[in-house]
Amino acid sequence: MTDSAALLNKHSFVELGARQRAKALLDNGSFRELLDPFQRIMSPWLLRQGVVPQSDDGVVIAKGLLDGLPVVIAAIEGAFQGGSLGEVGGAKIAGALELAAEDNRKGIPTRAVLLLETGGVRLQEANLGLAAIAEIHSAIVDLRQYQPVIGVVAGSVGCFGGMSIAAGLCSYLLVTQEARLGLNGPQVIEQEAGIDEYDSRDRPFIWSLTGGEQRFATGLVDRYVADDVAQIREHVSQLLHLGVPAQHRSGQAEVFLQRLARLDTEVQIEPAAVRQLYQGERP
Amino acid sequence: MNSYSLRGLRWFEALSGNATPLEGLPASLKVADVTLGEQNVRLLAVVADPDSRFPRARNGEVGLLEGWGLAKAVDEAIDADRDAPHKRALIAIVDVPSQAYGRREEALGIHQALAGAADSYARARLAGHPVIGLLVGKAMSGAFLAHGYQANRLIALRDPGVMVHAMGKASAARVTLRSVEELEALAASVPPMAYDIDSFASLGLLWETLSVEQIEQPNAADLARVRDCLQQAINEVADAPRDLSSRLGATHRAASSTVRQLLRAQW
Repeated sequence: MTDSAALLNKHSFVELGARQRAKALLDNGSFRELLDPFQRIMSPWLLRQGVVPQSDDGVVIAKGLLDGLPVVIAAIEGAFQGGSLGEVGGAKIAGALELAAEDNRKGIPTRAVLLLETGGVRLQEANLGLAAIAEIHSAIVDLRQYQPVIGVVAGSVGCFGGMSIAAGLCSYLLVTQEARLGLNGPQVIEQEAGIDEYDSRDRPFIWSLTGGEQRFATGLVDRYVADDVAQIREHVSQLLHLGVPAQHRSGQAEVFLQRLARLDTEVQIEPAAVRQLYQGERP
Repeated sequence: MNSYSLRGLRWFEALSGNATPLEGLPASLKVADVTLGEQNVRLLAVVADPDSRFPRARNGEVGLLEGWGLAKAVDEAIDADRDAPHKRALIAIVDVPSQAYGRREEALGIHQALAGAADSYARARLAGHPVIGLLVGKAMSGAFLAHGYQANRLIALRDPGVMVHAMGKASAARVTLRSVEELEALAASVPPMAYDIDSFASLGLLWETLSVEQIEQPNAADLARVRDCLQQAINEVADAPRDLSSRLGATHRAASSTVRQLLRAQW
């Protein structure tokens, strides 16, 4: 294939909306959406604050097959309110994961794939978003006992706040170069800690610390994949076939505490220092 | 006057009595095993460590060491009680102003450290440890997700300084493009946005609220009330499901139940 033909064949995943992403990952004809937009299960809290709600609340739940394996996909729409999670969207994800775990207890091996484009809690629904995210965490840990839970952060919103903790609970994580994964958004860190600590307008700096490539190089994610539908699909399938890992990343407290004990905190940190500290056990 | 809260430390000291705190953990964690009636319990508190090697986590914030340290302390309890018929209860004493905001924190994956803590608390609950969150101060955002929010039952002391929220008022106003006054006006009519504990209770997320006389430095009567309430919570959890379903059902949280019912019907 010539370079231009290869380029024409490439289909961006990042440019797809949540529903198209879920469809693109599932086997042809197997996509079935639950609580679709026509059922109009919307946020009960946004309208009274002068914010226009969306008829799927920015979360798509779809069941189907991925390379023949039964999966439920929860895809967050980054274009609606920054992918923030309120009561309804949060309950859709938590509820879907709870039902997937229940499936497994009944002998149905449902896996889960989370497509994460989110700033975390939707502040207009603050405490109900936070509560839903705690329930998502609980449901991931429960389901993970039976089947892998795969997190995909493609970009361009990235994955922040309480949902970055959800990403940290996943069995496997896949990112692109466009992705960012971190607890706190850059503006909030700059606000809380000052511009010398974190310059939210310095994009190369932010990607160098929290971007997909760095997260892969430091072992905080499992796959680093080009922004291409076919390649992302292939890698998600591989991860699903790996099954439940012997040890989840979030279950390695001692390893991380030992690494942190070796860190020189007298100097400010650089991306290379994190790579040096965290590399080693990576196959 | 300290710039950080001492409530978590004081309640830990009151509840742990003369018990020796566990060693081998970050200085910002206070962990001790005690008995409450017949029940073995492990108390866990995040406290300020003004000398922390991580300067952005010196005022009681939940940072890298705190997240992974909590995970370790909870994992030890899970391992120790693996074959025990009665697993010790875990009591998270919650007084956490926020997660740590800093360059080192993001670079080294604070999200992963907090996931470590949430993971361990959730696994302990699923394994049959009663997990109780005792809110004596702030329970903010990511810090609360890592320390307390995976509990079977949440108990909050009734006090203006006890609050649960996703973001402080000033930052929340900025992010949602409002003034603090507008935010406060909205919070008065939108319960999930409010900062007070009664509005939070109306969401159905708390099991109990308790009044005490001296929240900053509990007296004997305060301690007795809280111990009694903790015992009741532990007893109730014994025969209850190990999930978080007891938090559903409040009218201010009706959509959370509706969504689950519809998902089940269409599953």
